[in-house]
Amino acid sequence: MSEKMLNIKINGTPVTVPEGTTILDAAKTVNIQIPTLCYHPDLPAWAACGICVVKLENSPKMLRACSTAVTEGMSVITHDPEIVSVRRTVIELTLSTHPNDCLQCPRNQNCELQKLAADFGIREMPFEYNVRKLPQDDSTTSLILNPEKCVKCGRCVHVCQDIQNVWALEFLGRGDITRIAAAGDVSLAESPCIKCGQCSAHCPVGAIYEKDETGKVWEALRNPDIHCVVQIAPAVRVALGEAFGLEPGAIVTNKAYAALRRLGFDAIFDTNFGADLTIMEEGSELIERLKNKPAELPLITSCCPAWVDYLEKYYPDLIPYFSTAKSPQAMVGALSKTYYAQKKGLDPKKIIMVSIMPCTAKKWEIVRSESMFSSGVQDIDISITTRELSRMIKSAGIEFLALPEEGADDPLGIYTGAGTIFGATGGVMEAALRTAYAILTEKELPKLELEDVRGMDGVKEASINVAGKDLKVAIAHQMGNVQKVMDQLREAKEKGAAMPYHFIEVMACRGGCIGGGGQPYGATDEIRKKRLAGIYKDDEKSAIRCSHKNPAVQKLYADYLEKPLSHKSHELLHTHYTPRPLYQK
Amino acid sequence: MAAVTEDVKLTDELTRFIGEWQGKPGNLIMILHKVQEEYGYIPRPVAIQISKELDVPLAKMYGVITFYHFFKLKKPGKNKISVCLGTACYLKGGEDLINELENLLGVGVNTVTEDGLFSVEAVRCVGCCGLAPVLTVNGEVYGKLKKAQLPEIIAKYRNN
Repeated sequence: MSEKMLNIKINGTPVTVPEGTTILDAAKTVNIQIPTLCYHPDLPAWAACGICVVKLENSPKMLRACSTAVTEGMSVITHDPEIVSVRRTVIELTLSTHPNDCLQCPRNQNCELQKLAADFGIREMPFEYNVRKLPQDDSTTSLILNPEKCVKCGRCVHVCQDIQNVWALEFLGRGDITRIAAAGDVSLAESPCIKCGQCSAHCPVGAIYEKDETGKVWEALRNPDIHCVVQIAPAVRVALGEAFGLEPGAIVTNKAYAALRRLGFDAIFDTNFGADLTIMEEGSELIERLKNKPAELPLITSCCPAWVDYLEKYYPDLIPYFSTAKSPQAMVGALSKTYYAQKKGLDPKKIIMVSIMPCTAKKWEIVRSESMFSSGVQDIDISITTRELSRMIKSAGIEFLALPEEGADDPLGIYTGAGTIFGATGGVMEAALRTAYAILTEKELPKLELEDVRGMDGVKEASINVAGKDLKVAIAHQMGNVQKVMDQLREAKEKGAAMPYHFIEVMACRGGCIGGGGQPYGATDEIRKKRLAGIYKDDEKSAIRCSHKNPAVQKLYADYLEKPLSHKSHELLHTHYTPRPLYQK
Repeated sequence: MAAVTEDVKLTDELTRFIGEWQGKPGNLIMILHKVQEEYGYIPRPVAIQISKELDVPLAKMYGVITFYHFFKLKKPGKNKISVCLGTACYLKGGEDLINELENLLGVGVNTVTEDGLFSVEAVRCVGCCGLAPVLTVNGEVYGKLKKAQLPEIIAKYRNN
């Protein structure tokens, strides 16, 4: 199907764009940035704010560039004194109902409204200042909802409903009493919220943000009696650099290790080690079910805590298919206070384990059930996001870009390429298949890169021939895409029909963890693709690219765990799930 | 969380009504109207039940309920006093009636008295501007009112 092309003019410059292009996108092709506030490329244009107004030649009417598609022969004026004045008024009106405590705001210096006010040189407030007092919601482990700061752009509502299909957030009321609230006006903790944090990643201002726990980390670091250990997740290494001016996808693993060491951590571990270990446990579960328990197929991955929360709430009938293997974060946490503590002769009560995650739901995971206390104390004490780590590095005055490249520490710091791709949609699947294939066939995959499971399609399917059997797999990312796959399973289960897949990977965020709710602000598909490329590059340059070949993992089994799915593995590395039907959303 | 898990049975009439509107466009508003007619407001457990029956997320239902002034989320008093603040009644002192009711009952607009007997709301034009200022109690109209008449009206319903 060939696209119909339309010829238009933007500020007198001829432009040819495909039919359906908005004025906003057409202007971008000739390097004209029309200011926006409510618009986000991930979401349908909602035309809530009115900042992107433009005019057509010979017409006094103003159109919203974000939601107006171009038509043949259109001649658009994107700025003139009148347009600038209208945009200015929109900003002034927005500011008149917005708290002006920018200095204490979590979005200070990366707030989209603040930037607009700066760009437009707003110096006075011509309108009566009228901020409504509204209570803050800090009921979850992960997110703070401050409806006073909401500019009613609708991004969080749309991302929660349309992209994630979670329906935890909605506007209540109308007109000037409109406010953002958790579904049915309960607390966020009592709502369907899965703590994925996509609302916080999409909010242009400080109305929804991660619960900042850097204070607790500083507190632990200053305590001389505490042995502070830290782990860093796969997706952090390809996004943390953005906070220091690097391109998305730049791999900063070794600088991040160096920064953590300078912050005062006593041992630097890598969640990627845990990812390799997850593959050993989860891969063994898959092989076990393929060989002996076909009724328990498909196996569904469980590394993503937002997904675990969603499944327990909305698909409790599918819990038997869930992998009992803990997430890589949880495995490193448990081992740091058992295996590592014993090696070092340390009292687990005197160890504080901090995890650096791309994710706000990981803050919930560390306390989600008693199995997160498998070492006898809480396995992971504090989980902070990439954004929180970048603030810690900045406040310590560490010149990140000037740091030397350093390594992680034994025994939980060595990882393979398979561990690192956990940060990408399809990565857990690819890593698991590399190992499962090797174990089942006693041969290596002919080609380690499984292109079918990579990429940004919402649901990917593939079939891989393993030892004469076709292994059917599916990968879904972005919560809104998951329902299709799960409903198929539910239907097959109810009818007693054959299951459509053997193995399913789910990640709640678009693109996988690289697009997580705790990553640096501003993620779009363009940025997600660069971060994905960074992840696969990290895999390619790894000397070892299959989890079962990780020498540190092999040693762990030889010295401590005995073998995958052993009694000890079950004690430390596995969990269970509890149906928690909330209400149907 | 009690209200969320509480099992409230829908009335037979409501169940029949939901069945009739199942799958039809615009059904949510129609059903919400019916719920309010049956209970006087929209109880949360009922909202949750309807959310399940219609497969409409609870978030969306509350978005709709709070968008329209008509729908109430709080149980009204046994006797519902609606004071007209349409143009004619407003000019003839409708607001004075509201203030006086607040004095007499101790509650303002959109609030229920502690004993649950009365609730006061302000409405726009009851449709009898010739009788301004007007209020209605449970649909019964009282026109050409003076503040001094209010204690008598309240007493009538209080003792009922």
